[in-house]
Amino acid sequence: MIRERYLNLGVLALLLALALLARLADQSFTITVLTKVVILALAAAGLNIALGLGGLVSLGHAVFFGLGGYAMGILAFHAQNFAPLELGPLTIAGSKSMPVIWLTAIAVSALAALVIGLLSLRTSGVYFIMITLAFGQMFYYFSISWAAYGGEDGLSIYIRNGFPGLNMLDPIQFFGICFAVLCLVLLFSDRLARSPFGLALNAARQVPVRVETVGLSPMRLKLLAFVISGAITGLAGALYADLNRFVSPTMFSWQLSGELMVLVILGGVGRLIGPVVGAAIFVALEQLLGGLTAFWQIWLGVILLLIVLFARGGVVGLIAPKGVGHD
Amino acid sequence: MTEPVLATHDLTKSFGALRASDGISIDLRPGEIHAIIGPNGAGKSTLIHQICGGLRPDSGSVRLLGRDVTAEGIAARSRAGLGRTFQISALAMEDSVLQNAMLGALGHSGRPWRFWRPAHADADLRARAEDSLRRVGLADHMHMRTANLSHGQRRQLEVAVALTLDPKAFIMDEPMAGLGAEGSALLTRFLDGLRAEAPILLVEHDMDAVFALADRISVLVYGRVIATGSARDIRASAEVREAYLGEEA
Ligand SMILES: Nc1ncnc2c1ncn2[C@@H]1O[C@H](COP(=O)(O)OP(=O)(O)OP(=O)(O)O)[C@@H](O)[C@H]1O
Ligand SMILES: [Mg+2]
Repeated sequence: MIRERYLNLGVLALLLALALLARLADQSFTITVLTKVVILALAAAGLNIALGLGGLVSLGHAVFFGLGGYAMGILAFHAQNFAPLELGPLTIAGSKSMPVIWLTAIAVSALAALVIGLLSLRTSGVYFIMITLAFGQMFYYFSISWAAYGGEDGLSIYIRNGFPGLNMLDPIQFFGICFAVLCLVLLFSDRLARSPFGLALNAARQVPVRVETVGLSPMRLKLLAFVISGAITGLAGALYADLNRFVSPTMFSWQLSGELMVLVILGGVGRLIGPVVGAAIFVALEQLLGGLTAFWQIWLGVILLLIVLFARGGVVGLIAPKGVGHD
Repeated sequence: MTEPVLATHDLTKSFGALRASDGISIDLRPGEIHAIIGPNGAGKSTLIHQICGGLRPDSGSVRLLGRDVTAEGIAARSRAGLGRTFQISALAMEDSVLQNAMLGALGHSGRPWRFWRPAHADADLRARAEDSLRRVGLADHMHMRTANLSHGQRRQLEVAVALTLDPKAFIMDEPMAGLGAEGSALLTRFLDGLRAEAPILLVEHDMDAVFALADRISVLVYGRVIATGSARDIRASAEVREAYLGEEA
């Protein structure tokens, strides 16, 4: 048993150390794999705010991941083809700049989360799961049929987008940017969980009627949590598309929503570092077993089953059991 | 007569064929404890829910501080001045005792949209929460997990959360239930003093507490108020003895 704070810092330090070692050994593939861990962790950290703090079992977070991906894809597509994007009276030249793409991804997915949240938060339990799943499928089929942006084949981007002052073609620099974003989001999540908003949201998850009885609206608290959550997962989607230099409808698929959920549950629902641990385990299994058998996900399933049956707090819960309250 | 703080007018509520509230008109005046007694299933909690906004009446109205709040929800009525405790504790069990009280203080502050500074570092929230925990005798248990509190301590915490709201009227659904003789006596003494801060509508089965505290008592049977009066009147009423006190006397 160790203190949660040390575990959190340790996991992040380990990730960073592995990437730097890989850089020294000139293993750029390993750096790319570690970058994937970081980006999936970021996407799951987004989900963790809705799921872990708000208790919102969303099976539609691929919507935000995909929107972030397509925000990147569409902006870069117009920039690389020198074909401005016509939006009624508005003409956008497209962009190859990461900060611009990120802000767009965040804005678009936050807006989508607001609309989806308003419609689905009226329900709860299985109905909430089903509605979020249905939204995911809507976006998936829409993207498949959107021929202008590649339809089923998706969109390829020739070269990775840029970040002012850095060379994003260098794997370790791109890793560094993603890692920094992850750390900032985790810091924000940590503060959020302890803030007045987090206190109220935490109670709204457990006993909504108590929150109402002190004069607050559980609905609004959960809606904002859902929006923040969607925005973070959207940002991760933009980075993921940049990692692969490719977006396709699979980013909207319900399997992806399920995978994000698996990452959070593996690591530990509502635990700050849970998504990072979950993503690391997931990618490690994929890399280690994926080469040996096409059915590596069966082993993932076995591990998930063991976690759900014997360790409800996930891997983080096993290593650092949760205390009460926090000062 | 002074203006009542809270008043219901002709509240009616049916669940299918069951009339859980049948034309209930009661009021709560400044400085008083008004007890509602009645057998199990009489409709006491149903009345409380309609007063606090968790249930919409089929007809009738609820006025709080002279304003009709019948159309408003739980949160709006709490902000308007209701401080309510639940018959079955509704607390965040995973959280600490202090966090539950701080939630009340946060509701009272009306400023939940703060995302960066830890709630525990907010001296105002903390002072208000700790003060109300101290008043109900939970000061030594502030950092305990709420799920680990005894049944009686949870009742105390319910009262503490209501205190953080500085309500204009307290609505308490069986606060003594399961407290034991000593706990009941302590809470009785506490409520006795509390009425000076805000009047209390008290649903309670503990007749010793009711007769010790109540300025007025209403007797609810099958959704109807069959009598309202002073403790002495109610004790003397033959109809009440037959309908309710009979078994106990
Ligand atoms: N949501 C509901 N749906 C159907 N029937 C209900 C509902 N709520 C309460 N009832 C019924 O209405 C009647 C009044 O219930 P209520 O809980 O108000 O009684 P009470 O006086 O508070 O009883 P107790 O002393 O046991 O707390 C009971 O017969 C109960 O079964
Ligand atoms: Mg009751």
